Amino acid sequence: MTLTTTLTDLANPTKFLSLTARLLPWLIAATAILLLIGLYMSAAAPDDYQQGATVKIMFIHVPNAWLSMFVWGVMSIASLGTLVWRHPLADVAAKSAAPIGAAFTFLALVTGSLWGRPMWGTYWEWDARLTSVLILFLMYLGLMALWRAVEDPSRAARAAAILTLVGAINLPIIKFSVDWWNTLHQPASVFRMGGPTLDRAFLLPLLVMAVAFSLLFVTLHLAAMRNEILRRRVRSLQMMQAGQQAA
Amino acid sequence: MTALAALIKRDIQIALRVGGGALIGVLFFLTVVVLMPFAIGPDLALLARLGPAILWLGALLASLLTLDRLFTADHDDGSLDLIAMSRTPLELSCATKALAHWIAAGLPLIVATPVLGLLLNLDAASTLAVALTLLVGTPALTFTGMIGAALAVTLHRGGLLLAVLVLPLSIPVLIFGVAASDAAITGPVSFGTPFSILCALSLVSFVVGPFAAAASLRQGLD
Repeated sequence: MTLTTTLTDLANPTKFLSLTARLLPWLIAATAILLLIGLYMSAAAPDDYQQGATVKIMFIHVPNAWLSMFVWGVMSIASLGTLVWRHPLADVAAKSAAPIGAAFTFLALVTGSLWGRPMWGTYWEWDARLTSVLILFLMYLGLMALWRAVEDPSRAARAAAILTLVGAINLPIIKFSVDWWNTLHQPASVFRMGGPTLDRAFLLPLLVMAVAFSLLFVTLHLAAMRNEILRRRVRSLQMMQAGQQAA
Repeated sequence: MTALAALIKRDIQIALRVGGGALIGVLFFLTVVVLMPFAIGPDLALLARLGPAILWLGALLASLLTLDRLFTADHDDGSLDLIAMSRTPLELSCATKALAHWIAAGLPLIVATPVLGLLLNLDAASTLAVALTLLVGTPALTFTGMIGAALAVTLHRGGLLLAVLVLPLSIPVLIFGVAASDAAITGPVSFGTPFSILCALSLVSFVVGPFAAAASLRQGLD
């Protein structure tokens, strides 16, 4: 079975619901186990010679920051699904990903701020990365406001899909402008030419935590999609009931 | 081509006549700039230093304020449906409407800049630099703002939602507009670098804006 036929099969919400009902317990278990291992490894990791124990904030902060951008990517693909292929579950996926992405972005901001206090001596610094993550957070909130502005989900879906794609084009431009504007944050240290500069003792727990948080996102996203499908069913049942009473 | 010329002429006429409200943007721009010294204090040296930033913020807010009018009136009286159904591609019509909107609502802001520069104690060269950056940068504000205006009109929601959606997208224009102005007045950076990036941002918005706006109008008009 190819990927496209799988995706077409999943267009049937009932099939999607029954598949995810079987899948979710396993995902939840895997997420919990990996999170536990990751947290243990983070706690056992040595203190940094300069930053002391505060370096451990990194194990929470960096996965959140990665996911804050990854979720926008997921929403962009889902938006393409809404606009191009009219996949019935695409707008459900896009809608339920937005609050999760906003939460990851918010956590990245909060942990970054808590990390900045002992390191830079201030909770907030208008440096390039913090600022662009803050703008990303504002765009998540704007997108959620757009979803909430319209009652009919399919109308809101198309508008939100266009805004998501415009955001996907604009986010690199915003990132570049803010980088140009100011920089104080340390340059990228994991994914770069010539291999990571991070020590292995820190890199391994970080990667485990990154995988654990990605699994957490998948779990939360599937659960939120199930809720959204059920919510829409309740909505259409209520509309039918109201129609019958009026008739 | 004649259809587009007629559209431009019509939009500018509607905007400038009674009830058009294009010039309210200039009045708003003037009022915002006049308010600033009350908040900051009448220190002329400080005002001169903040001048480009104040002018850019004022122009940004003024162009945001008039964006609502880009599609709303045409949607209300049904002419937007006629434009969407005509043989001219909707992308071209959107670009034309945005151009007309910029001529009616954006150009007056730039004409007003020298007067406001006097109020903020900017010298002639600085005022010229700010006016030049506004001339290049405000089309980008109109063309990216058009996306938000198209989304808002198809959802029958304007006002605050439009502002919340559009303002984050205008951050790059603001950054490079103010950077280019500052570079011309004081900065160690040469004027050319941020100025050419500002031009590039405008050019990108000419491409992205009409397509995204036309797509959302097509999806949203039933």
